[in-house]
Amino acid sequence: MTINTLAKGGCHREQMACFRKMEKVIVAMQDPDMGMKMRNQRLLITVIPHAMTGHDIIAWLTHKYRISEEESLHLGNMLVKYGYIYPLKEPRCLVLRPDESPYRFQTPYFWTSTRWPASELDYAIYLAKKNIRKQGELMEYEKERYSLLHKRINHTWDFVVMQAREQLRASKQRRKADRIVLECQEQAYWLINRPPPGVNNVLDTGLERPNNFSCRVTLNSDYYKREIEACRKALGRNRVKSSICLEGFLKYSEQYLNHDPIMQGCLPSNPWISDDTAHWTMNAEIVPVPTRLRVERWSFSFMELLNDAMGRREFMTYLEKEFSAENLYFWQACEDIRHGESSKIVEKVEDIYKNFLAPGAARWVNIDSKTMDKTLEGIKRPHRFVMDDAQMHIYFLMKKDSYPRYLKSDLYKNMLAKAIVPQETKKSVFPFMRRQRHSSPSPAQTATQAAEEEGLAKGAGANSAAGSHF
Amino acid sequence: KYLSTFIKTLYSTSMIFYSCVLYIICEVPLNETLAHLKTESETLKSKLEEERAKLHDVELHQVAEKVEGLGQFVMKTRRTLKGHGNKVLCMDWCKDKRRIVSSSQDGKVIVWDAFTTNKEHAVTMPCTWVMACAYAPSGCAVACGGLDNKCSVYPLSLDKNENLAAKKKSVAMHTNYLSACSFTNSDMQILTSSGDGTCALWDVESGQLLQSFHGHAADVLCLDLAPSETGNTFVSGGCDKKANVWDMRSGQCIQSFETHESDINSVRYYPSGDAFASGSDDATCRLYDLRADREVAIYSKDSIIFGVSSVDFSLSGRLLFGGYNDYTINVWDVLKGTRVSILFGHENRVSTLRVSPDGTAFCTGSWDHTLRIWA
Repeated sequence: MTINTLAKGGCHREQMACFRKMEKVIVAMQDPDMGMKMRNQRLLITVIPHAMTGHDIIAWLTHKYRISEEESLHLGNMLVKYGYIYPLKEPRCLVLRPDESPYRFQTPYFWTSTRWPASELDYAIYLAKKNIRKQGELMEYEKERYSLLHKRINHTWDFVVMQAREQLRASKQRRKADRIVLECQEQAYWLINRPPPGVNNVLDTGLERPNNFSCRVTLNSDYYKREIEACRKALGRNRVKSSICLEGFLKYSEQYLNHDPIMQGCLPSNPWISDDTAHWTMNAEIVPVPTRLRVERWSFSFMELLNDAMGRREFMTYLEKEFSAENLYFWQACEDIRHGESSKIVEKVEDIYKNFLAPGAARWVNIDSKTMDKTLEGIKRPHRFVMDDAQMHIYFLMKKDSYPRYLKSDLYKNMLAKAIVPQETKKSVFPFMRRQRHSSPSPAQTATQAAEEEGLAKGAGANSAAGSHF
Repeated sequence: KYLSTFIKTLYSTSMIFYSCVLYIICEVPLNETLAHLKTESETLKSKLEEERAKLHDVELHQVAEKVEGLGQFVMKTRRTLKGHGNKVLCMDWCKDKRRIVSSSQDGKVIVWDAFTTNKEHAVTMPCTWVMACAYAPSGCAVACGGLDNKCSVYPLSLDKNENLAAKKKSVAMHTNYLSACSFTNSDMQILTSSGDGTCALWDVESGQLLQSFHGHAADVLCLDLAPSETGNTFVSGGCDKKANVWDMRSGQCIQSFETHESDINSVRYYPSGDAFASGSDDATCRLYDLRADREVAIYSKDSIIFGVSSVDFSLSGRLLFGGYNDYTINVWDVLKGTRVSILFGHENRVSTLRVSPDGTAFCTGSWDHTLRIWA
């Protein structure tokens, strides 16, 4: 069941904004010069003036917004769903048909936005009218609602019946064509504001959000003082010229174009399209030979290299050769503190000190004295971010020095040379035959197995579950 | 006697009334001072916009004129995931590029292998409207929450007989609904945003609050972590029409943007981390550059009337996908600012949209109870 957001009687900002925009479209459609051409439509023996066909609506929208017919049909459908246009043939079916079916504009009196929210009393009067006018004209669900309302607002029932009779009497005095029109308009209004069961309630906006945010945060002097402070800080920022920043987007998109499967496709094929998982197998975390695109990507930025498990492994090999591997080990250990369990911080900081920072440490890292002093001081009261400065120093050292040299090294060049360029899978001769879609081991499973193996190796009980972190 | 009454009033009412009384004593009317602050705030804001505009020497689409236009664009639904009994509200991808977790209005959280469309795990939350869900980086757990005001972590057990709810761990506690959650670089920390107007960083193991982020004036609806080298910032968007960039360490708001005309439903970083996109109820998506410190592009069209619920970039950042409340997905050329394609298929609002980790597809969740994979 949908949440009845109308019960609160509040005005929903999001809905209102959409209504206003749709109303603008409707008004434009009725513009005497640029709007739609209206004509008389025949409905059985009556002639209804000022009507248009589904075709007309779609053609007008296509022309006005320069969009495809499919999109116009969709937009037109929205206008019908929200009650701004209603069908004359099959009035209970609020759908825009791209044919000669006749439609009419809803009168602003019956716009949902005008009479928001639809009241129970009005609904009761409407159902009462239907009931009085023709016995058995009420649909099953309408009968149920009618009796529910009767129970709920029993105290005003006389008023309801009286109003219904009065409105029926007044309508009898109208011309038949006008009467039919009014009945159609009213019916359309109620189909939207009290949809039949099984039909999407277009007025459902989900959970209510605050209507007026000043209710949540008092706009007092403290609030404005904070805003002023934030503005002053922002004014002092260094900014970069747009021309420089925007060029950056162009460069980035160009560099990554071949790596973007949605833009350029991927080799051997996109698994979602071909049902073949070769692309994923070839690009698994650790493979004997990586693909060319993957190795190329390591040269895009230091972060790309480190984020790829294989890339990082290769870089480590290179650093070992250069006798500066302690930098990467140190960086990894710092990452482990930053993102690891709170309870292990103290222990890990101690390990880092022992292995990397203490004089004569096995993997002593070369940090400038100022940072070293600050870090050693901070270690006395270890916390998650205590190694941040040292970590950044080493990170930028690797980035500016070792990384560019790695890219020029034989190690990298050989990797690039022997990297695979997969063959594009030719499209299947029988496009209707779907490949078998095989399942893959869940990451939770591999973690369980790894943990189990670890448990067995340690001689401890194999009591580990997937939630070994917990 | 008068004095004691005043003192009583001072202590028994809120700070605002305190200032009122104080000002009355000093014979300075309250309105003037508050109004004065308000005007000062507004003046500074316009000055800030002026400063931002000074360095804006060119538009993105102008710079992009030399870039080749995009050709015909064909994307179709490749998988439809059926199984939720009510509106799908949120989804997230697993790092293995094929599994996803999704959550819905009826309290169900489902883990799927989207490739085979098999359901692998299902949990029923004790609350409805599970608006947030996230997959842990290790692939071994999921986090979710909603109207229960909490974010809970469920380790994924492969034992069919085990009830996932048994090992549930309550991590975050807000004073209003949970709107979004995300693991940081590991399974150990979670970032959350809430209807109570704050964001918060939590330690999963202990459930301890590590940092809280105050600054939004209304519900915070979305957040995204920056893909930066130093990995210390995130962006959030809220009902106050603001998008704020935060320092995770200090809790400070380091940048703020307020150009949308309505609630911001979704924020997502550009892959380089130098910018982020936002989607709002005002039917536009916007791009904000962090170095230029301003909005640099608006993605909108006359014929697009309904709000954007969710946005995400393709891997190269050239395309921006938006899920809309009129059941469609619009695809934008980020550089040229034009709408490349419109995708139909869902039968109700698109509530969530994410591109897969390797960029081979994107997934949408909708109020029509289904999820679709598009490629």
